[in-house]
Amino acid sequence: MKKANRGNLPAMILLFFLMVLWQLGAMKINAAYILPSPLQILSRLWELRQVLFTVHLPATMGVTALGLAISVVLGVLLALVMDASPLCRKTLYPLVVASQTIPTTAIAPLFVLWFGYGIWSKVLVTVLITFFPITITVYDGLQSARIEMAELLLSYGATGRDVFFKIKVPCTLPYFFSAIKMAVPLSIIGAAIGEWLGAQSGLGYFSRRMMTQLDGAGVFAPIVLLSAVAMLAVAVISVVEKKVVRWRGEI
Amino acid sequence: MNVLTFDHVSCRYPGQGTDIVDRLSFEVKPGSFHCILGVSGCGKSTLFRMISGLMSPEKGSIYVNGKPVCGHGSYCGYMPQKDMLFPWRSVGENLALPLEIQRKLGKKEQRQQVEAALAEVGLAGCADKRPDELSGGMRQRAAFARTMLTGSDLLLLDEPFSALDFLTRISMQEWLLAQWRKTDKTILFITHDVEEALFLSSSVLVVEHTPIRALREIPVPMDFPRSRKDLARPEIIDLREELIGMLRKQVAE
Repeated sequence: MKKANRGNLPAMILLFFLMVLWQLGAMKINAAYILPSPLQILSRLWELRQVLFTVHLPATMGVTALGLAISVVLGVLLALVMDASPLCRKTLYPLVVASQTIPTTAIAPLFVLWFGYGIWSKVLVTVLITFFPITITVYDGLQSARIEMAELLLSYGATGRDVFFKIKVPCTLPYFFSAIKMAVPLSIIGAAIGEWLGAQSGLGYFSRRMMTQLDGAGVFAPIVLLSAVAMLAVAVISVVEKKVVRWRGEI
Repeated sequence: MNVLTFDHVSCRYPGQGTDIVDRLSFEVKPGSFHCILGVSGCGKSTLFRMISGLMSPEKGSIYVNGKPVCGHGSYCGYMPQKDMLFPWRSVGENLALPLEIQRKLGKKEQRQQVEAALAEVGLAGCADKRPDELSGGMRQRAAFARTMLTGSDLLLLDEPFSALDFLTRISMQEWLLAQWRKTDKTILFITHDVEEALFLSSSVLVVEHTPIRALREIPVPMDFPRSRKDLARPEIIDLREELIGMLRKQVAE
């Protein structure tokens, strides 16, 4: 862990200087409703902590968790089906890719029309932008299982079930973790976009409300919070990954 | 009874116009060590794929210990070209694979068998290592131990030493002969290396043509145990030249 931290040091230094630059720039422009300074944002975050942490963060996390869970189940199922049957692959793969050309943000207001201001319109936005990387990455993982390995097991008298659990699953595990690490930030973004477009609570909704009040620091504060949560989640997943996957690379 | 019988076996890969194996018949006696010698792409490995049930012959039948080979199953101990140790399993867990699949033994007995097999190939105490901690020769020995644990009397080794450096390869050849003499297994060993074939086998089975219609059996006039010095005997050198000539003719075709 220590080593990893040292590896991040150059990035940290750069980030620090960018922040200083931003701070100086913002102080020079001196128009917090357009460009609030980092310090203003942090102090706003502190002022708003009560409502942000008790009302809006839980709301956003609820949407994120639900959307992520549905995306994982859907993505893994699609990947399994495409891996198992070439016909399904030919049928589904192009549609899955095409689904990503839909400008989600543009049609999200429609979801609000269809599903109302409740949680499901946001969950749908989240799922729509999250399931894709999971599907594709897990599918790649399943495909990475080498046919020679399967043949070796078959020559021992293995069943298809043996091949799946002893080769496909371990081969896919590293890919699965990569997929989750991509999916977590995406699902948070998805939830925030959904809330931005129409909601009664959530960090995305809160950010937008601050926008209408020309509170620049108030727009940024929930976004900073979202980024922090996303980074924290990815870090937690990386720790779990290190415990579960002790090998990587060449099979 | 023969360990292995090919009875007028024909086989072709899908989408190809000609057979790769054409009405091939041959037999293998128990306890023998044969090298199948042929140039790359002549169809040697196809024979192994059929014996291990990974491919079905189009015509004819294959019998292992008198039982016909039909579909997937455990007919023989197949050791592919690459060691195929699964990187996500420890060495011991890799060796346990055939036992896990046979589902005859409990975890504890599996572990005992694995330990014994590792000791047998000179890898005692390596059960908990990761495969990438082993050298090339050690990996091949582990893969061989895994093949032994299939419990089959017939072992099919497909160029197992071709990826090793020269010195490791010759010591592995000596080691394999010693292993074979300790057991009563029958070994079929694919190679395109003439010296390797001469050193290892009681008789060489040469693939002269593709499609394979016959395997030409050429006895090697050397007694066991052998040493590499025997390869320098004049009759062996003549035999080596003869074999090289046969292979070159096939490349020219």
